[in-house]
Amino acid sequence: MAEDRPFVAGPFAHAGRSTPMIMAWVMIALTPATVFGLGLYGWPAIFLFATTLASAVLAEAACLKLAGKSMVTLQDGSAALSGWILALTLPPWAPWWIGAVGAALAIVVGKHVFGGLGQNLFNPAMVARVALLISFPLEMTRYVAPRPLLGGDAAGFKESMAITFGLGGHVDLDAVSSASLLGHAKTELARGVPLHEALSSGFDLSSLFFGTTTGSMGETSALLLIVGGVTLIALRVISWHIPLALILGIVVPGALFHAIDPDRYLSPLVHALAASTLFGAFFIATDLVTSPVTRAGQMIYGAGCGVLIFIIRTWGGYPEGMAFAVLLMNAGTPLIDRWVRPRIYGRDRKGRPLSVTPRESK
Amino acid sequence: MTARALAVFKDGLWTNNVTLSQKLALCPLLALTSTATNGLGMGLATTACLVMTNVAISLVRGVITPQVRIPAFILVIAGIVTLVDMLINAYGHELYKVLGLFIPLIVTNCVILGRAEAFASRNGPSLSACDALGIGLGFTMSLTGIGAIREILGSGTLFANASLMLGAPLAFLETTIIPDYKGFLLMILPPGGFLVLGFALAAKRVFDSRASRRAASVAAPASACH
Repeated sequence: MAEDRPFVAGPFAHAGRSTPMIMAWVMIALTPATVFGLGLYGWPAIFLFATTLASAVLAEAACLKLAGKSMVTLQDGSAALSGWILALTLPPWAPWWIGAVGAALAIVVGKHVFGGLGQNLFNPAMVARVALLISFPLEMTRYVAPRPLLGGDAAGFKESMAITFGLGGHVDLDAVSSASLLGHAKTELARGVPLHEALSSGFDLSSLFFGTTTGSMGETSALLLIVGGVTLIALRVISWHIPLALILGIVVPGALFHAIDPDRYLSPLVHALAASTLFGAFFIATDLVTSPVTRAGQMIYGAGCGVLIFIIRTWGGYPEGMAFAVLLMNAGTPLIDRWVRPRIYGRDRKGRPLSVTPRESK
Repeated sequence: MTARALAVFKDGLWTNNVTLSQKLALCPLLALTSTATNGLGMGLATTACLVMTNVAISLVRGVITPQVRIPAFILVIAGIVTLVDMLINAYGHELYKVLGLFIPLIVTNCVILGRAEAFASRNGPSLSACDALGIGLGFTMSLTGIGAIREILGSGTLFANASLMLGAPLAFLETTIIPDYKGFLLMILPPGGFLVLGFALAAKRVFDSRASRRAASVAAPASACH
């Protein structure tokens, strides 16, 4: 009878999860931080977010059509999610074409060049972010202080059209720009100002925790990102290994160097809460396609990302290094997966069969 | 003879285009295509070298024994490239400053030795010249094309500084495609070279497969009549 059945290799069980479901869960987990970010920066952020998402979906549709693939994968939400994640890492008042070009780079160069969903070596959103940062350094580093949508000094709808789309006038963004904590610390350190002086005004940990600070569109609120990330872990969409290893990878060297010289090195708590640490730990580095498959491999990968981020932040030319760190570790992922392979049942770690001492049968 | 020469020329220019089909000589392609002018200059310099080396090697092919052919070819090529290098330094100094090290490196360009080995050592001088012209112009075309794409996307201009580098008569080539363009730095940097090369390779494959499908659909009814 056995020969009637086709010969198939495992796995034989299906968790009952589909790509659209996982994408939807990630989007739901991202929603609190996104809504908060859009509210915090007002209409320009909403316009940029919408442009980026729409461009990502359009680019996906165009690629699928060009490659003659089925349009079914357009509805799984993976393109929209890439656009979503990219948008959250952008400066909230960036012009619309940053979002459009970025989304096109993410989907075309980051994903479809490699063969589409599941084939890409690098995290599409981070490919786009790095390409944008290198190509348009001015637009990608111009941050604004929070101006909540319902607050008094929010950008009005018409003014926002001018900021994002350049329609109906020109708004001088230099007048409203503001430095993010890491950027500020980097410039002040370069000027020789010790940290306790540089951070004495305007920067406190509670604003980092709740998110009422200058930063990228969806990366400011540590609290809401933790809520979303823990939800994903509870739903078992992601495992805790990468986020924990990544945060430890930043915090441990951070604490070490901070203990040596607190005036030159930021405190580990700032490292953990500031900029994209938590967003990256829960939503970027955990990308299922570009991270290792084994638990041990995920720990190595996460810790590698964390240490690289710390190194770039501390000694690199850029104040933040999440995108670079994730791309570098993405490149290492196939190597890690080769290196850290699970033991095959009945064999030792090196793949040799275990010696079996036959037992006497009774 | 002329039909054969034309076939050889067309083969070098398009069918076996050195970069887009044979995927050779990618080093100058990636390094020197940040503007169309650089690409054109490098392409023409390589073409000039290639025509001379192909003809020279074809002329002496009878006296070179197979055992020593590679050192002998390299010697001939190195001599001619040095000559071209000095000529460009003397008469096109601006171009020389941009292309710099890449002119002497034409010696090690695999296209030159490849054509000497594969074509000039087996064919007569006139046919070898046709081959060199086809291959060289095909190389120039892909270098200029990729340079043009990178330059337009990267800085919004086309053939910038052409008059300075290639001579005043070529000033008409200088155009600004996108006024007030802020620049897309990635395209000028090395990753832009890889990206545009990749898309150019894909585009040639699409073009060729469409052409062969069209040829097949034209040929099919004709053969059905027989």
